[in-house]
Amino acid sequence: MSDDALPRPSTGGDIGANPSFFDLVLRTRPELMTRPNQVSAPTDAPGLHGTTVVGLKFEAGIVMAGDRRATEGYSIADDKMEKVFEADEYSAIAIAGAAGQAAEIVKLFQLELEHYEKITGDRLSLEGKANRLGQMIRGNFPLALQGLVVVPLFGGYDERRREGRIFYYDATGGSWEEEDYQSTGSGGRPAKSSLKKRWRPGLTQDEAIRVAVEALLDASQEDVATGGPDPVRGIFPVVLVVSADGVTRVEDADVRAAYEAVVEERG
Amino acid sequence: MSFMPYVPPEQLMKDRSDFAHKGIARGKSVVGLEYVDGVLFIAENPSATLHKISEIYDRIAFAGVGKYSEFEELRIAGVRLADMRGYSYGREDVRARDLANAYSQALSTIFTQQMKPYEVEILVAEVTENGQGSEIYHVLFDGTVADKQGYVAIGGHAEELTTAIGSAYAEGWDLGTAVREAVKALSSAEGREIEASSVEAGVIDRTRTQRRKFRRLADEEIEQTLAG
Repeated sequence: MSDDALPRPSTGGDIGANPSFFDLVLRTRPELMTRPNQVSAPTDAPGLHGTTVVGLKFEAGIVMAGDRRATEGYSIADDKMEKVFEADEYSAIAIAGAAGQAAEIVKLFQLELEHYEKITGDRLSLEGKANRLGQMIRGNFPLALQGLVVVPLFGGYDERRREGRIFYYDATGGSWEEEDYQSTGSGGRPAKSSLKKRWRPGLTQDEAIRVAVEALLDASQEDVATGGPDPVRGIFPVVLVVSADGVTRVEDADVRAAYEAVVEERG
Repeated sequence: MSFMPYVPPEQLMKDRSDFAHKGIARGKSVVGLEYVDGVLFIAENPSATLHKISEIYDRIAFAGVGKYSEFEELRIAGVRLADMRGYSYGREDVRARDLANAYSQALSTIFTQQMKPYEVEILVAEVTENGQGSEIYHVLFDGTVADKQGYVAIGGHAEELTTAIGSAYAEGWDLGTAVREAVKALSSAEGREIEASSVEAGVIDRTRTQRRKFRRLADEEIEQTLAG
């Protein structure tokens, strides 16, 4: 197997070590990547779909949150799936779309950032991370045409600008920076309406967590593929906070408290 | 057509070995030692950006002496090997022993088959997941690999350093003591005082809560440790 030998540097051609893990896999173990021409799924392939993930800015950074439901046609495939992940120490990625493809892109993206950091000795800029993710989504475009669409939401703390930033994408890899808040997934529309009403500049961290939980709750009431908080079984959305202190996952107890506060306010 | 005069293999190997030794002897040294929470790599390095000590994987660190371009190439190859292994199998399947063996194979091939051997020596260390164990491997320019316990020194003043650190070393040092003793040993081996600003240090610390256990010691931290 090719990875049992230490890769030797090529002579001639480009100089310098390529810091991309994605390129390394493509070059040395292409069989590990899903190639579009190997897949001939019909466009209505029953995959795991449906989600709501939201990202919003607050005074010290960003909050990203996602529901826990994965659906397969009209069935619920998983009620505890995680769709919001730490990408590296200062950024987070949330995904909507075909679960298998999405999980693979997240894994590759996390490795891409870590590999870059180790090879070059520096973390990528937030802008650089966002661009790289766009290129990876673009690479998935042939699969998207076959129904395996993956649409991420990316955000983090920009160590150079000292502020939180959010980027959103479409299935072709197009990426745009979002000023305030953004959502994606099948319940993205109701979630965004909710965010529009509740979000304001300069939210505190606790307020931002509550706004995110409320948006997910609203989405779950409008969209069948989005799971609502389940206090009986203790299933709550995954909420990540990214600030100058890095990425922290909000404890379930605190998410529960935010959820209860929202319910109480609604009476 | 030119033809090569006969050179006995013993002579050939000795010449190459002498060449590599000389190259390494001109450079700085690195000390690797086990302390209570893991493994410390420490070196004199006037450059703040061209590192001798770096992270390979979650629980694995690397240190190199000799020719920078050569050990840097080995470091990058090691990061690639580790990341590919972890991606193909699982993160816990990436082990320092495999990496040391891969380095040993690569260096041994280079030593016998290339025009000139690499003028490098490297250390690969790992802290094991549970329990108190650490592993430190020392790989030489000809592919010789050794498994070290407690402490090890490589580079220009390896012998003096080994003696200096060996006479002081005790199991269970905390990080502060380990840094102070290692800098003391480095200074005595070099025969001059080494300033805090030119000390480079990195640890793999098993008590870190993060998945990645490697941490570079900041300049201020080294300064405070040496002052205190």
